[in-house]
Amino acid sequence: MIQPAPLLQMRGIGKYFPGVVALAGVDLTVRAGEIHALLGENGAGKSTLIKVLTGVYQMDDGQILLDGKSIRPTTPKAAEEAGISTVYQEVNLIPALSVAENIGLGRQPGKLGFLNWRALRRHAREVLARLDLQNIDVDAELGSLSVAMQQMVAIARSLDMKAKLLILDEPTASLDEKEVADLFGVMRRLRDEGLGIIFVTHFLDQVYAITDRITVLRNGALVGEYRTAELPRLQLVSRMLGREVHDNAPRSPDLIAADESAPRIVEAKGITRRNAIAPVDLTLRKGDITGLAGLLGSGRTETARLIFGIDRRDGGELLVRGKPVEIKSPRDAVKHGFAFCSEDRKIEGILPNLSVRENLIFALQAKRGAWKTLSREEQMSLCNHYISALRIKTANTETPIRNLSGGNQQKVLLARWLATQPELIILDEPTRGIDIGARAEIEQLIHKLRAEGIAVMLISSEIEEIVRNSTRVVILRERRKTGEVMGDAIEPSRLMRAMAGGHEST
Amino acid sequence: MIDYAIPQTPPPARSPLVWPLAGIGLLVVLNVIINPAFLKITTLDGHLYGMPIDILNQGSRAMLLALGMTLVIATGGIDLAVGSLMAVAGSTAALLLVNHGVSLPVAMIAAIGVTMLGGLCSGLMVSWLGLQPIVATLIMMTAGRGVAQKLTNSEVIVVQNPAFEYLGNGFFVGLPFSILVVAVFYFAAYFFLRRTAAGLFVEAVGDNETAARFAGLATSRVKGLVYVFSGLCAGAAGLLAASNIRAADPYKAGEMMELDAIFAVVVGGTALTGGRFLIAGAFVGALLLQTLTTTMYVIGVKPSVAPVPKALLIIVVCLMQSEKTRAWLRGLFRRKAS
Repeated sequence: MIQPAPLLQMRGIGKYFPGVVALAGVDLTVRAGEIHALLGENGAGKSTLIKVLTGVYQMDDGQILLDGKSIRPTTPKAAEEAGISTVYQEVNLIPALSVAENIGLGRQPGKLGFLNWRALRRHAREVLARLDLQNIDVDAELGSLSVAMQQMVAIARSLDMKAKLLILDEPTASLDEKEVADLFGVMRRLRDEGLGIIFVTHFLDQVYAITDRITVLRNGALVGEYRTAELPRLQLVSRMLGREVHDNAPRSPDLIAADESAPRIVEAKGITRRNAIAPVDLTLRKGDITGLAGLLGSGRTETARLIFGIDRRDGGELLVRGKPVEIKSPRDAVKHGFAFCSEDRKIEGILPNLSVRENLIFALQAKRGAWKTLSREEQMSLCNHYISALRIKTANTETPIRNLSGGNQQKVLLARWLATQPELIILDEPTRGIDIGARAEIEQLIHKLRAEGIAVMLISSEIEEIVRNSTRVVILRERRKTGEVMGDAIEPSRLMRAMAGGHEST
Repeated sequence: MIDYAIPQTPPPARSPLVWPLAGIGLLVVLNVIINPAFLKITTLDGHLYGMPIDILNQGSRAMLLALGMTLVIATGGIDLAVGSLMAVAGSTAALLLVNHGVSLPVAMIAAIGVTMLGGLCSGLMVSWLGLQPIVATLIMMTAGRGVAQKLTNSEVIVVQNPAFEYLGNGFFVGLPFSILVVAVFYFAAYFFLRRTAAGLFVEAVGDNETAARFAGLATSRVKGLVYVFSGLCAGAAGLLAASNIRAADPYKAGEMMELDAIFAVVVGGTALTGGRFLIAGAFVGALLLQTLTTTMYVIGVKPSVAPVPKALLIIVVCLMQSEKTRAWLRGLFRRKAS
């Protein structure tokens, strides 16, 4: 069999930000007529690599060959002109213009500055027909179409621009099953026409359904390139997560699940939100650390956001200590004794320019309201208590929190919630981006909270973190709960298999 | 790994009030050169008179507006409606006093009630409907002018009521009454904002609204209430203005005052991006603007061209507050020295 000539070769790509190596020595090869999955967990470097390829970032090392010619795109426009088109989850076209205008944008037919509308529309219809999309009205305003249809229009536009390489960056994240099937149909058609397609997704089922090859990245480095048909799902997951499976991960013997009689702090019955999480049941008991295990995009954070009232749920009910409650906002959740440490410290956690003290007392003060103000003495005693208990390293209590390291910021946010004396604390990736010392301290703290009778829900991408710290593990896959295990059943390999799903033989 | 690199903080700037205070100092020196008696304060019938007192008195309206504006800006918003609301307050009070013979306290309460309601409308549009603050308050700015004209039938209502005249012209223990109003507002705001958690909530909303909401704060309530407070300040300023000229003028009252208030806040060191705010900054900023206005009056600059030097001064103060400009100037002097 003759190997198709590589359409795109990225060799030894390196990209450095101050203090951070985003990519080092990464290769990516895409052949014409191939759908190539680019996979990796958070921080793997997928989006940096795409941004280098599409001219958003300039690479610091390496070489890009397109059709054997060296290119170095400096702007997204230059990349498009070279034949590299990108379709994002959030379509980057102009919603207020018609479908035909969007497709022809920048290359309008006409003379002397006058636009030939008839030619524009006819051309748009031809392009859509090539993708078997005659049902799209070229005069419709783009913004009035569904996200799926808008993506189709974006793909049609790429095709019209003589794209050789199409990058689909998480196109399926907000599509339903039928829309995904339609998208796959278009992707297969383009592949058969000889395009190269890079497909970024979190959904492994989709990877196995449509891709020919897989490139896996981890922590900014290349793990390897594989033929999809030759890489079993479990191996793929272990490569993405980055370690061989250790079944003897250290697990404290006292991590015994709370028994059925333990007080149920929170019970979720069939809580659900469209395109975020299928109906899920959860029982968070006093004395339990409930781990939520799943790959990126499996619905972990979505579940936490529903419980904490950040997103509205479409169905199901929440019981707090056996009584049904209506939680419509984080404020309601805090009143019921919930606490939620978000995975995104910068955007959803810290108040960057306010002091450590103000950040630390903030949730408690918000819970009490403006009138029941904590006195300066009370604030200082809370700060002093938590700064020494959690060993927070800060110059003093009045330093802006943005001056602290990631680990210390995280400890301040934990202290913020502990000060409210919560009954349930949800920790979403509590150790992400934190140095090893602080990480161990935060894990110790989690066990201490359990001992104090707080129900803990722990979300982590790191299986071993889940295994080390959970008394009970709920497994999520492709936005639904697929199992719950406890005790000796909490084993990395077993969890990984459950997270990967599919047939174990493949 | 994920980028959690911490930006290096610039060395702590001196108090942001240094430059506006320097501006005031410069103007005072200029005035003293032109008129050596500028700083002289005399007593007549136990009342204090003199240019500094006059500046404080005339600046009182802008100081009140700037106080309300400070909080709105601290949440990341802006309030363009305050000038119009001043006219609404004056018109409401004048209408009730002259045409309906209502007692002064009731007229005042009604006038301020109406402007607070106007602020509530802005606040609801921002927090509940999610409109951009600049759009929401532009709507209230237009609507407020219309309401003021409707109330007065588009005419200036002259008020002959000694008690009402006292607000903007009278003296209390030697000082103009309006200065006392300003003092009471500033001290009350200071104690409310800095001795309770209200100030923290306002700053948190401006600093990172999402994080504040996720920590359990009712952020939309905070965002709405700052406009109500701004309406309260505008109402008080409107009453002082109408009393000062003994008439409610639906067209001229508070005209362009919203811009003076925004200038005062920015010059006083509160960033338009929201977050940390300085109550004293609003006062100092408004004082600088009024000192300049009075200075130009003394020098004899025509009122029609007065905005030009005003704009120049504001741009100088704003540039001097920027770390970038100061670094550039330092570099310039060093190069010249070598």
